[in-house]
Amino acid sequence: MIKKIYHRCSPINQRRIDTFFFNKRASWSLWIFLFIFTFSLFAEFIANDKPLIIHYDGALYSPVLVNYPETTFDGDFDTEADYTDPYIIELIEEKGWMLWPLVRYSFDTHIANLPQPAPSPPTSSNWLGTDDQARDVFARVLYGFRISILFALALTIGSSLIGIAVGATQGYYGGKIDLYGQRLLEIWGGLPQLFVLIILASIISPNFWWLLAVMLLFSWTGLVDVVRAEFLRGRNLDYVRAAKALGVSNFTIMRRHILPNAMVATMTMLPFILTGAITTLTSLDFLGFGLPAGSASLGELMSQGKGNLHAPWLAITAFLVLSSMLTLLVFIGEGVRDAFDPRLLSQ
Amino acid sequence: MSNILSVEDLSISFRQKKEGKDKERQDKEHQDNDLHIVKSINFTIPHNKTIALVGESGSGKSLTAHAIMRLLPYPAAYHPTGKIIFEERDLLALSLKKMVNVRGNDIGMIFQEPMSALNPLHTVEKQIGEALTTHYAHAQNSSPKPTKKIIREQVLALLAQVKIPEPETKLGAYPHELSGGQRQRVMIAMALANRPKLLIADEPTTALDVTVQKDILDLITELQATYQMSVLLITHDLGVVQYMADHVLVMNKGEIVEEGSVENILKHPQNEYTQQLVNSHPSGNPVTLTDSIEQLPILLSAENLSVKFPLSKPLFGRCKSFFHALNQVTIQLRKGTTLGVLGESGSGKSTLALAILRLIQADGSIKFDRNEISHLNESEFNAYRREMQIVFQDPFSSLSPRMSVKQIIGEGLHLQGNLSKIEIEQKVSVIMKEVGLEPSMQHRYPHEFSGGQRQRIAIARALVLDPRLLFLDEPTSALDRTVQMQIIHLLRKLQQERQLSYLFISHDIHVVKALSHQIIVIKEGCIVEHGDAATVLSSPSHPYTKKLLEATL
Repeated sequence: MIKKIYHRCSPINQRRIDTFFFNKRASWSLWIFLFIFTFSLFAEFIANDKPLIIHYDGALYSPVLVNYPETTFDGDFDTEADYTDPYIIELIEEKGWMLWPLVRYSFDTHIANLPQPAPSPPTSSNWLGTDDQARDVFARVLYGFRISILFALALTIGSSLIGIAVGATQGYYGGKIDLYGQRLLEIWGGLPQLFVLIILASIISPNFWWLLAVMLLFSWTGLVDVVRAEFLRGRNLDYVRAAKALGVSNFTIMRRHILPNAMVATMTMLPFILTGAITTLTSLDFLGFGLPAGSASLGELMSQGKGNLHAPWLAITAFLVLSSMLTLLVFIGEGVRDAFDPRLLSQ
Repeated sequence: MSNILSVEDLSISFRQKKEGKDKERQDKEHQDNDLHIVKSINFTIPHNKTIALVGESGSGKSLTAHAIMRLLPYPAAYHPTGKIIFEERDLLALSLKKMVNVRGNDIGMIFQEPMSALNPLHTVEKQIGEALTTHYAHAQNSSPKPTKKIIREQVLALLAQVKIPEPETKLGAYPHELSGGQRQRVMIAMALANRPKLLIADEPTTALDVTVQKDILDLITELQATYQMSVLLITHDLGVVQYMADHVLVMNKGEIVEEGSVENILKHPQNEYTQQLVNSHPSGNPVTLTDSIEQLPILLSAENLSVKFPLSKPLFGRCKSFFHALNQVTIQLRKGTTLGVLGESGSGKSTLALAILRLIQADGSIKFDRNEISHLNESEFNAYRREMQIVFQDPFSSLSPRMSVKQIIGEGLHLQGNLSKIEIEQKVSVIMKEVGLEPSMQHRYPHEFSGGQRQRIAIARALVLDPRLLFLDEPTSALDRTVQMQIIHLLRKLQQERQLSYLFISHDIHVVKALSHQIIVIKEGCIVEHGDAATVLSSPSHPYTKKLLEATL
């Protein structure tokens, strides 16, 4: 499958792929990152306060995927069963068994029976300790990592789609469109992003999508200049003129003849936009203007570390996770950048 | 007679980086992977003589010149064997410090492209002065630091010597303020600043117009006599060789295949390659017409065609001053004939083609097949696009590097919309055969082809739509002479078979002569002369045309 895709690539791209994987640091970073990311995508099955499978009274239940009321297990209430409640556990184990995930806490589980007052240091059941609201740090890191990456990916894809479209239009048509577009960009770039977010946070309670939308409003400008420059250069190339003389439509010329040139610059920038998005989300969470209270986030862990200096495992964990994630991404980004370096092709 | 420079058994190789292989294997295969560009060549340059090194692109002639100056990208480049003896010293074994003194001081060099060889951020005075101050102590053996005044006087003297008009006003000029010929003169002044004993001229006139070319060559000859220096002239143009050189070395694929006096080489070439080179001079006559030219119907005519660019644009209101790239040009092109457009760079000859194709905005009337097409909107004009196609000068930039040959040639066919995939494939194969390419090559990418093959692909792309009119914008000037001849033959064959009309744009009189029935000569956006090719070229009436013809070597 991968081989098939590889052979469908043009020779230039094949050479780029080869160059990337020849760079050991970048390819290892990519594999490690992909492994951790895939791992975190299944966070619900790794760290959860619900059992993976329950065998009760001859039937199988999967509480991770479906909500079951307490009455299913002969409990008293119609509300969702709380599998950490000793009473429920006793009820289930009377007539069957439960298979628990690796970590028995979700990111928002308040652990009731801690040996020490929260935040408690790492133990065999809380591998990275707990935070000041008695929640398991490992579970929060796992969920927080996932949400950071997903947020950054969505933001990167969104802003590159808008950025490339705007940059392409400005560069290709030039003239007045370009002139007014650039002035608009300059004014837009002057708006204080953080203040807009703070003002917004006082009007609505920002969730994942709100944050994404607001940050998208400001982050799409990053790619415009690069793409615009490539299109300005590209529209006067001989093969673009030849295509025009053939009667090819503007849109097709932009997509087929010029965009591939602009993609080199775009691809080179993408990994760094990704790391930038992670940093922004983390710092917003750190300041308290980010994701709603209670959601798993690395920035919130960071601010807990600042607030609880006597519990160093919080700050150390947040620091290590963030720095290693960003390092991996920067290594991958450098690999991509070198792979797209035109000097390599000319050698 | 003693020699000033002798090159003995010189080889130049380049280390090839291999990716995806472990180090040890790489070292083992090391020798075999390297590119051996120049293979043990021997030659000598006598005192006060001009030696020409002739060859096509990629023959290694420029690399040889750069090796003498030690300007190759070491350590990627290295010399497996060889010595370069200059005044009893081996330049290849010299320490870098001593080499710096040789460069510019004992050996001067002129490069091909004067625009990129001069630093755009420094004035003429500073650039020539730099050459003087760097070597001053070495040259004078006395005062360590010359004063500004002395430098300025010397720069002025040099500028006067290379015949730059009003040298005082040019001292503070930046390279972009000078014309191409003046820039080349500044380059020569820099190279001569320290009275070198050897001047290496690497294609000194290739980037220049013909009228300027002759002046520059005359200047080099004159300075050679004044300074009693030797000149190593690198060129691909046999006309320049005949004009300048005493002795010729012919280089092919890194080897010197023949050497001898100019007379012998040009008149009685022995080596097969040299013969090919000498015979590849554009020759032959344009396609013979069935009728006399006045009888043929007019395919394309343009009347009072003008293209202007605003010079200074005010923020509000209308622009008042314009640069006229084309000024009231009127042309007529008859069916099945070639109209040659002759002019120097910047004369507006390419603009003419782009304006008729509506790739740039123009005023005036254009009639194709008696239909007025200048007022049509974009979609109405698209119907005419397939009737007129264009082939550009540089075959490297006119093909998209990311598309296969089949995609490139087939792109126009896809636009017609009514052809199936198989039909398109067939048409692409047929046209590839017609322009002399193997249809099996259609899945390759442009970078796998040579310049001549790429130009054939570009012609195929234009012809696949079965146009009646082809604009050829210097289609041969980026190619070697031997390849040029092949393309000219191809164009003639296609014209005969398909009754094509050509608008052939070139600065090269020989090429225009080989293809055109009628000629217009264009200067600064205006037509200065037009008429039958034979008449214009044999008895030109306008002084500019006369000058062009005289300057052609």
